[in-house]
Amino acid sequence: MSQHVVPPSVYVKVFGGLTILMILTWVMAFVNLGVFNPVVAVTIAILKALLIVLFFMNVKYSSRLTWVFVAGGFFWLLILFFMVMPDYLSRDWQAPVQPW
Amino acid sequence: MSTVAIAPESALMPKRHYANVRHSVASWLLTTDHKRIAILYLVSITLFFAVGGFFAMMVRLELLTPKGDLLDGDTYNKMFTLHGIIMIFFFLIPSIPAVLGNFLIPLMVGAKDLAFPKINLFSWYLYIIAGVVAVTALVKGGVDTGWTFYTPYSSTYAKTEVFLAVSAAFVAGFSSILTGLNFIVTIHKMRAPGLTWFRLPLFVWAHYATSLIQILGTPIIAITLVLVAVERIWGKGIFDPSLGGDPVLFQHMFWFYSHPAVYIMILPGMGVISEVITCFSRKRIFGYEFIAFSSLAIAIVGFLVWGHHMFVSTQSTYAGMVFSFLSFLVAVPSAIKVFNWTATLYKGEITFEAPMLYAFGFIGLFTIGGLTGLFLAAMATDIHFHDTYFVVAHFHYVMVGGMVMGFLCGIHYWWPKMTGRMYPPLLASIAAALVFVGFNCTFFPQFVLGYLGMPRRYHEYAQEFQVLNVMSTAGASILGLGYFIPGVYFIWSLFWGPVAGPNPWHAKGLEWQTTSPPPTFNFEEDRPIVVEEAYAYSIEGAESVS
Ligand code: HEM
Ligand SMILES: [Cu+2]
Repeated sequence: MSQHVVPPSVYVKVFGGLTILMILTWVMAFVNLGVFNPVVAVTIAILKALLIVLFFMNVKYSSRLTWVFVAGGFFWLLILFFMVMPDYLSRDWQAPVQPW
Repeated sequence: MSTVAIAPESALMPKRHYANVRHSVASWLLTTDHKRIAILYLVSITLFFAVGGFFAMMVRLELLTPKGDLLDGDTYNKMFTLHGIIMIFFFLIPSIPAVLGNFLIPLMVGAKDLAFPKINLFSWYLYIIAGVVAVTALVKGGVDTGWTFYTPYSSTYAKTEVFLAVSAAFVAGFSSILTGLNFIVTIHKMRAPGLTWFRLPLFVWAHYATSLIQILGTPIIAITLVLVAVERIWGKGIFDPSLGGDPVLFQHMFWFYSHPAVYIMILPGMGVISEVITCFSRKRIFGYEFIAFSSLAIAIVGFLVWGHHMFVSTQSTYAGMVFSFLSFLVAVPSAIKVFNWTATLYKGEITFEAPMLYAFGFIGLFTIGGLTGLFLAAMATDIHFHDTYFVVAHFHYVMVGGMVMGFLCGIHYWWPKMTGRMYPPLLASIAAALVFVGFNCTFFPQFVLGYLGMPRRYHEYAQEFQVLNVMSTAGASILGLGYFIPGVYFIWSLFWGPVAGPNPWHAKGLEWQTTSPPPTFNFEEDRPIVVEEAYAYSIEGAESVS
């Protein structure tokens, strides 16, 4: 369990990156990209989350086992999405019930 | 019935142990000793069990007669809601993990404590804060949404203390996450020399699987409850269709956690049973790897079946078919365990001490509960059974017949380890029998009621259902007595119980190799070294039980 010492400058840079991404979110709110609006918003959100997880949560310097658990968390979120979507996608496939 | 073997050479209490090193109240409330924290949990969950039991009693008394004469509809709704919330979030989820898991996992892996002792204490405080919030909700008038908090009723229409109740469940969730985190790190990092993964007691495997569910599932319920609060307080449309939301989305998110959570409420019980069955058969467990991996399989596949709670919710039938199929799959690892326990008994030298009686009860009742789950997991039959007493009977068979039995089983098995003292064995066996009989009288009639079509969550019912409801209420009073008696003799045993010695059951496992009660850092001398597999019982070894 060796501790990796991260120089404060890394944190400052990451903070800068997060600030830039935040401003970008705000700027993009004024640009209408149609269907790409959510795509851009989610991409920025993922980048922010990555920065936080890798650097602020020190995962970048952690053991493989930690990586497995972190990846597991995200994988479980994907399970939620992938098993909820079939419901929404296939709800209309069914013929409406006819009254008799 | 064989009498309890009390090792004569050790009929002495250790002078110093974890419970008497210091006496002040502060030494308990600020302790970081996992064993003391386990005792704190034991006391607190017992109190909540009593409160939840009171609400159950009100429900059963109301249902004694077909008319809604004891409680009006609104009060009745609050009674079953508070019963459910308290029993699930404040008793069952912490029961075995936070009490027995906390006490035993460090002992079983030969460690001085859990990996993060202060986080362990913090998780108890979170639990207490959550409990205080829940009691505040109760005192301010209660909640009436059902423990499931279904939207849009909970988020828009209910006039009761939904926000407080939801906050209580939210905070209790974090307590549960921290306990799971602590267990996972401890099991990975702190095993004694020689204690390989496949030498771990199955109790530890079961808790490892439980902890995975706790850390992967609980965050989802937390965010779901936050969304309910956001909709309720600020009127943002998330789940309420009149605000543009989708109520079925709530059910997806709720059950994504709450179905796996039912495994949080059974896997630890299964872990207890694996320990007790082998000890009192004096036989090595049958199919160790199968039992270990079936715990993991339950934890993982258990996340893929939640839609079986939503067959009649307007969820797509096609999604329903997938969830139904997967629900049938998840019953397989549960069945594997039942078969392996039974095979362990075969040609064993079985004795009928109180913990073993509870273990037998668990196996039978859990099997009934699990099999009736399959009736509900089949879409066609669930259309009839959904929201009837059949569902109520199903989940009480697994949660009370399974987990509460497992909890009592474990408490009876490890009580001498936790306190150094023995309870009266005959009385304990009588109480176990009362619990079994009372339980079946209470809940079996509910299967029939549900089959006949009696819906759940109403304070009135049709005249023809009365006989079975009276049976159920009568059974509940037997069950109540069965729970009360152990409370009395456990307290008695603290003062007057015969001294148990380090290993009264002649059991295997590191927890039995230290004094009862153990010293603060668990093992007097150096760390134990493990040289054999778990459960190295041999039938011949039984001669040591004189
Ligand atoms: C053996 C595998 C199991 C299967 C296939 C199964 C299946 C089901 C199904 C399909 C339902 C929904 C019924 C309905 O609302 O119409 C249900 C409800 C429920 N089950 Fe199970 N179950 C299983 C095991 C368990 C276990 C082990 C527990 C708890 C320890 C449990 C606790 C519950 C609870 C609490 C509910 C009702 C929730 C509510 O609506 O309030 N089940 N089960
Ligand atoms: Cu379920």
